Amino acid sequence: MIIELGHFALVLALAVALILSVVPVIGAARRDAAMMALAPVGSLVLFALVAFSFGVLTWAYVVSDFSVRNVWENSHSMMPLLYKYTGVWGNHEGSMLLWLLIIVLFSALVVIFGKNLPETLKANVLAVQAWIASAFLFFILLTSNPFLRMNPAPAEGQDLNPILQDVGLAVHPPLLYLGYVGFSVCFSFAVAALIEGRIDAAWARWVRPWTLAAWTFLTAGIAMGSYWAYYELGWGGWWFWDPVENASFMPWLAGTALLHSALVMEKREALKIWTVLLAIMTFSLSLLGTFLVRSGVLTSVHAFATDPSRGIFILGILTLFIGGAFGLFAWRAPRLKSGGLFQPISREGALVLNNLILTVSCATVLTGTLYPLVLETITGEKISVGAPFFNLSFGLLMIPLLLAVPFGPLLAWKRGDVLAAMQRLYAVVALSFVAGLVLYYIENGGPVMAAAGLAMACYLMLGSLADLWYRANFGKLAFNVAWRRLIGLPRSAFGTALAHFGLGVTVLGIIIVSTYETETVLEMRQGMTAEAGGYTLVFDGMRHAVGPNYTDDQGHFTISKDGVVVADTWSSKRLYTARRMPTTEAGIVTFWFSQLYVSLGDAMADGGMVVRIWWKPFILCIWGGCLIMMLGGFVSLSDRRLRVGAPSRKAKVAKPVTPVMEPAE
Amino acid sequence: MMRRVLIAVFMLFSALPALAVNPDEVLKDPVLEERARGLSAHLRCMVCQNQSIDDSNAELAKDLRVLVRERLTDGDTDEQVLDYVVSRYGEFVLLKPRLSAKTIALWSAPIALLLIGALTMILFVRSRPPLKTVTPLSDEEKARIDELSKG
Repeated sequence: MIIELGHFALVLALAVALILSVVPVIGAARRDAAMMALAPVGSLVLFALVAFSFGVLTWAYVVSDFSVRNVWENSHSMMPLLYKYTGVWGNHEGSMLLWLLIIVLFSALVVIFGKNLPETLKANVLAVQAWIASAFLFFILLTSNPFLRMNPAPAEGQDLNPILQDVGLAVHPPLLYLGYVGFSVCFSFAVAALIEGRIDAAWARWVRPWTLAAWTFLTAGIAMGSYWAYYELGWGGWWFWDPVENASFMPWLAGTALLHSALVMEKREALKIWTVLLAIMTFSLSLLGTFLVRSGVLTSVHAFATDPSRGIFILGILTLFIGGAFGLFAWRAPRLKSGGLFQPISREGALVLNNLILTVSCATVLTGTLYPLVLETITGEKISVGAPFFNLSFGLLMIPLLLAVPFGPLLAWKRGDVLAAMQRLYAVVALSFVAGLVLYYIENGGPVMAAAGLAMACYLMLGSLADLWYRANFGKLAFNVAWRRLIGLPRSAFGTALAHFGLGVTVLGIIIVSTYETETVLEMRQGMTAEAGGYTLVFDGMRHAVGPNYTDDQGHFTISKDGVVVADTWSSKRLYTARRMPTTEAGIVTFWFSQLYVSLGDAMADGGMVVRIWWKPFILCIWGGCLIMMLGGFVSLSDRRLRVGAPSRKAKVAKPVTPVMEPAE
Repeated sequence: MMRRVLIAVFMLFSALPALAVNPDEVLKDPVLEERARGLSAHLRCMVCQNQSIDDSNAELAKDLRVLVRERLTDGDTDEQVLDYVVSRYGEFVLLKPRLSAKTIALWSAPIALLLIGALTMILFVRSRPPLKTVTPLSDEEKARIDELSKG
């Protein structure tokens, strides 16, 4: 009965979403307060209905109600409770429901935080959110309904895909979706602005925190997914340029560009049209990613062709929203007035360069991901575009971008001075060169390019600190005065510095691990030793263990350095009983930022085991840097300017021409 | 039905612990082995989802790894090994497609986009009125300001 209630709530949600899609827009056009007032109430009701429906599905998983087909297909009564909860989104139907839940959650958040949004803008934004929600409600109800029953109900479920039974993957989709779908708010704001035909600084102030929040969650989601792939797949890779990864990386690249262009718009009222376009593109890439992952088109063009109902549906949604938004843009954008002027060499100019490179690299990833699909569809010829292509093309594009990062914040708005910025960066360049050489020496040489890469990473980290240093005016002012100035800097300044510093840390990790990691593949018998990264590993033998829904063959390794035992680890091969599916659970030991990664291979006839041992120097920097970037995002979000909220338009009109000194940030 | 089968196949391969190179395949000559690993990273495992033969433990990937090593031991250059593998399995096997008529759009996309973007920017900047430079006040004006501020 409760399942049917959940199903019914979803149908009801569709009805609400459809009303919400139409009435507030008409209200905004007619300036009808009652019709516009429907938007906030309706959005909250919509959220309540979808949340209830999601709760019902979760309940079905927790109590293992196998009469629900979706639960039967993806759960098992013996599965640990945590995975019963997370199993809800470990499958197509459930993850689409999560997608929907998050989009209506964001609508509700706009209602809660948007108390002083102009009425017409709010009504239009919530209506556009409801358009997207309606489309996905249709999709779920018509092609991917999680509430379908089975009669008779099976006694036992088919278990969740074992590689998904993991804490990392349990939290990965919600984080990723918070980012992915969070950009829908920017999209809705952009479309609403186009409908109204006006954009002002208040608009930018509203868009920026949403962009920042979505970007921060997307960073977290991607980092989590990467770390999960690293420890769970058992061969120590952390980024594969897999189309599924690219699908989440493209909105991140576009979102990063949007974050920066929204800054220009907020401070200087320039790049308005471009920001609107970018907001539309970012969410379009999120939709494209959903299509790529959810339609099956990636598995094979043929798999898509044999059962295209879902794929065609999402493709329809994709065309409708992207086409519609771009059409609207082409029609209305010329009406928007372009704003502040600036010289090519200025903070704005640097941010434009940032946008150019980020958009081109995003387009490169997009081309590489879709090229094989398009080529095969058109000519029938099959080619592969894999990691070597992306490493080369994307890598080359990143070099000028990374070099430019520390310059941006040091240039003044409107009209900057490259030479002055360079003078300020002399010390940074010199220091990072030395730091690069020191690291190069510590890691015992290697290709010369590695030294350059290391210096580049240090340059990014030091460059972000230099920005804070010069703003507080250390060196010129007395230390305690400068210190007080530093404390007094707006939080967004720290946010920028943290995010850029984190980028440097990630680059450092990537360069060190790709240059200096070592891999040893050997057959080990009990008592044998192996060397990796200066540590000695002793293979102590195997044991058999039984988990709740799997059996484990575990190998024990003792790790010592200079004859002293420093750690030990279990590395195992696991067999999930319900699906007869094997997985590896690598043994990972952390030393500071570096890790030893031990993975078991096949058992040999003579009792030995194939063992793979990787030494991954500084690998934790890759995700540590992402954590720092996220921290930067949150710090920036907590900035007083954003907390106090955007000035309403009326307030702006009240005092029209008072020139306000822009703080140099 | 076909889709189910394909998904099952995909699941099977994606979930297999990918355990790549086995100790018995490794060449004695470390320089040759290094080259073999480099080449393997550029060759696609034909039955997997986006995995190189270096990462995959499928039978076919193992055969290809062994084949690459055989060719290298026979004295082939890297290019010859790739040519040979392509002649047997087609362009699909290369993870970094070669520049040809059908991949020209792929390879030129980043450069073309960068150029178009930069050009648009330049044209855009040129089309806009130059930023007005502020002329310094004349002595006369300064004197007038002083006078006003006193009064």
